[in-house]
Amino acid sequence: MSRRKFFVKMGVGSVAVAALGTAAFGYQYLSPNVLYEPSPIVDAGKPDRYAPDSVTLDPQTAIYVVRAADGFFALSAICTHLGCLTAYKPDLGIIACPCHGSKFNKDGVKIEGPAPRPLPWLRMWLSDDGNLMVDRSNAIAIKQLVRV
Amino acid sequence: MANTTGNLVDQVRENRIWRSVFRSGTGESNLHRALFVQQNVFLHLFSIKARKRTLEFSATWYLGALTFGTFLILIITGVLLMLYYHPSVPQAYADMKDLQFVVSSGVFLRNLHRWSAHAMVFLVFAHMFKVFYRGAYRTPREFNWVIGVVLLLVTLLLSYTGYLLPWDQLAFWAVTVGSNIASAVPLMGSKIRFLLLGGTAVNANALLRFYVLHCVILPLAAILFIAVHFWRIRKDGGIYPGEPAGEGSVK
Repeated sequence: MSRRKFFVKMGVGSVAVAALGTAAFGYQYLSPNVLYEPSPIVDAGKPDRYAPDSVTLDPQTAIYVVRAADGFFALSAICTHLGCLTAYKPDLGIIACPCHGSKFNKDGVKIEGPAPRPLPWLRMWLSDDGNLMVDRSNAIAIKQLVRV
Repeated sequence: MANTTGNLVDQVRENRIWRSVFRSGTGESNLHRALFVQQNVFLHLFSIKARKRTLEFSATWYLGALTFGTFLILIITGVLLMLYYHPSVPQAYADMKDLQFVVSSGVFLRNLHRWSAHAMVFLVFAHMFKVFYRGAYRTPREFNWVIGVVLLLVTLLLSYTGYLLPWDQLAFWAVTVGSNIASAVPLMGSKIRFLLLGGTAVNANALLRFYVLHCVILPLAAILFIAVHFWRIRKDGGIYPGEPAGEGSVK
């Protein structure tokens, strides 16, 4: 290899390494390490706040607290299609999305519409002081009711 | 009178200071005209000569020029809107309402910005169709078509990022839906959404990122590609003159 070729290779190589490093640093810089977002864990209050056989939406936290005949469960209120906030229609007994018309029943099972998946069930438990707690970041595969 | 005005203009143009800026000087010759275009940093993107029929309305319907016109309006009104707008939650919504109801001429500037944005998207598409149906995208102009596609995408991204800035319900849900569409990209979709929003939800970080994209990054990209787009017209032999009119006509 001639001296010129060697230096060209060195030059191109170091620019390539610098470009790769810049890409890595850029990616890291653009990914925030700390998010100042609301906690995924929601205190849904005392169980007796919820009437028997009711579906209650909290639009701030985007969860439904459903009180079924034999216990409580929590559903995500975020449509699985494109992330709109759904609403419960008490007269029809269904959950409907205003954006593109997806419909779900009270268990989150899809009835119709473009949504690809049912509304996920979220982990729910009773805190030490008897409040219903919901972890929005934790969808549960096995449907379990919280009995009070 | 006309003569004296003309003399006065000529005197100014012969002035040493004027000549230090505009070197072509007075004169009606083709050389002077050519130098006038060639020696101006903005005009030198364009050809010093053009076929007459490429400058007629029927050739282009002036759609590219009109698109550029709306872009200039958007730059001017956008910079003025920036003087009253804070990209923070919930101040952004209040500032948008202040622009509508409190700031003098604010509603005019905001609506001008909004309608120009709509018009620009419409004109970009119209320009694209006109170029397509005239066949003006063909060799040697195929690379300029590609630049045009980039400019179409930049225009759409400018529209999309600007949509969030009023921070109202329409903006919030539109960007929620749009960023979820981005997350449908295979393998790295949710990562793209995370980087775009600067978080997992449309929130303060997302507003700031969209603001920076809308006011700095995308306009700079647009200006860069518009410059290349104009320069390529010259390099590709001027505006497409159309098919030869028939036998014996000059191509």
